[in-house]
Amino acid sequence: MRLAGLVVFAVGAALLPVLFPDNYFVLVVGVSVGLYVILAVGLNLLMGYAGQISLGHAAFFGMGAYASAILTTRFAWPSLLAMLAGLALAGLVAWVLARPILRLRGHYLAMATLGFGIVVHVLMVQSVAWTGGPDGMGSIPPLNLLGWSVDTDLRWYGVVAVAMLLAIWLSLNIVDSRIGRALRAVRGSEFAAQTLGVDTTRAKTQVFVVSALFAAFAGSLFAHQQAFVSPDSFSLMVSVELVTMVVLGGMASTFGAAFGAITLTVLHESLVVFEDYEMLIHGALLMLVMIFLPQGLFVGLSQGARRAWRAIRFKGISE
Amino acid sequence: MLEQLFQFLVTGITVGSLYALVGLGFALIYNASDVVNFAQGEFVMLGAMTAISLVAAGFPLPLAAVVAILITIGVGLALERFAIEPSLGASVVTTIIITIGAAIVLRGVALLIWGKDFHALPAFSGDTPIHLGGATLLPQSLWVMGAAVLLVGLVRAFLNRTLLGKALLACSFNRAAAQLVGINVRVMLRLAYGLSAGLGAIAGILIAPITFSSYEAGIMLGLKGFCAAIIGGFGNPMGAVAGGLLLGVLEALGAGLISSGYKDAIVFVFVLMVLFFEPTGLFGHKSADRV
Repeated sequence: MRLAGLVVFAVGAALLPVLFPDNYFVLVVGVSVGLYVILAVGLNLLMGYAGQISLGHAAFFGMGAYASAILTTRFAWPSLLAMLAGLALAGLVAWVLARPILRLRGHYLAMATLGFGIVVHVLMVQSVAWTGGPDGMGSIPPLNLLGWSVDTDLRWYGVVAVAMLLAIWLSLNIVDSRIGRALRAVRGSEFAAQTLGVDTTRAKTQVFVVSALFAAFAGSLFAHQQAFVSPDSFSLMVSVELVTMVVLGGMASTFGAAFGAITLTVLHESLVVFEDYEMLIHGALLMLVMIFLPQGLFVGLSQGARRAWRAIRFKGISE
Repeated sequence: MLEQLFQFLVTGITVGSLYALVGLGFALIYNASDVVNFAQGEFVMLGAMTAISLVAAGFPLPLAAVVAILITIGVGLALERFAIEPSLGASVVTTIIITIGAAIVLRGVALLIWGKDFHALPAFSGDTPIHLGGATLLPQSLWVMGAAVLLVGLVRAFLNRTLLGKALLACSFNRAAAQLVGINVRVMLRLAYGLSAGLGAIAGILIAPITFSSYEAGIMLGLKGFCAAIIGGFGNPMGAVAGGLLLGVLEALGAGLISSGYKDAIVFVFVLMVLFFEPTGLFGHKSADRV
């Protein structure tokens, strides 16, 4: 099932540009879909499996992006090294924050992560000398993978597709590892997990850092691909959108999160024509899914399908 | 220098009164339903924008204000009936996302009705500033502070002195027990949502002459109100009021002495510090988490 899903994703990503050659929608929207899949899958590890909400995840996305942007333009660092620096920064911040922030629960955790996201956003807007302030900063050089420059749409599509598959594969493995099981125990009942010998603080810290790393990785790719970054791409609304993706697909399902990211990004790109209605549709979607299908579209629908399939099978047997 | 500080204090208390009213709304809803209503700021925006439109359409200000408050209360009740009631007992994450969704929907509707432009309400009693010990004070600030004192007093009296208010408080202490002694919890829920929507709308109308309003105006106001409620110790209505005033003053001092660009960061860093070191709030009572 796990491998099958990964293969479906890989084949789908490989076939799309073949079926629709030189198609703007596939190549450009595809890249954006891939980046959001990485973000959503990472956030899902924290929200879906560990049960910890984060309304400030765009901050880590932004840290990766700005680290790459600033280090490659202002200090002429090689892009891979800059990416590593961004990952180190996001990981370090997440690690320092994890203990005080993940001690909080429910609404307090929501407020704390939201506050963190806003503080980072204000820093991006205000540190004009470094980040270019609200206008952002441009002319970021293309990603350079040991001499191979990623500078065409098709190359970007390939790089992001590989990165996305890597992220999904990593996430699937983390979920089934010892840490993954510990996290699911934390979500069930932190107290019970503790009595069973799970170091819950450590497990939560680890998953927070990992999910920040996913976000920073996507951010670094985003900065190189767009060649331009501005604080708008890392605002509170983006954090909320990331949460929407995870929730829409279905929490605690890697493919659910990926499905949510794909659905919302494609919807976003298709609704550009109805710009004024986009907000309304986005909000209504969020409410309706949470009220009627709290386990998410992907999980809800696949459970429904499984139930229907079983019903058909049993009917066949009894006849 | 002293005069300047006094000026910051006056500005801070004006804004703080607003945060206090929004925070009070947060606390009321949280008490009744264990839900943090992220659409609280949108009530403020709706109240302000509706009143502005009605005044522009030729309504006298008092009538426009009353109609705007009633419409916002209607929206609050609809939110309770169609979004909160069907998901009673859902997880915290679920309810947070539902109210965020509601906030986005309300913002989206406001965008369709009023567009992206900023709108303002005429001041209630003129724009001639009052000079007071070196600080200048807009008459509207007096309206904001006066109305906040009055409203907080009324809510306090309502909670402590009337049967209905006590029933609402009973729900916040223990919903099951409240139901057992014959309190209709659903009615209390609606009461809390209606009351908070009304408080939000009044806050919005009061501030609309000072800060211009737009479809997005509710986001930060709502979040600051949420901060006020957290600083005050969640579920403590008067703590939320104190928290709101504290935040307002802190923000004005930060904007004046450090940089106005960083004022939001200052507020949220303060809230983070409170959460890290005193998570039950500065004015709350300690309570342990049940398993």
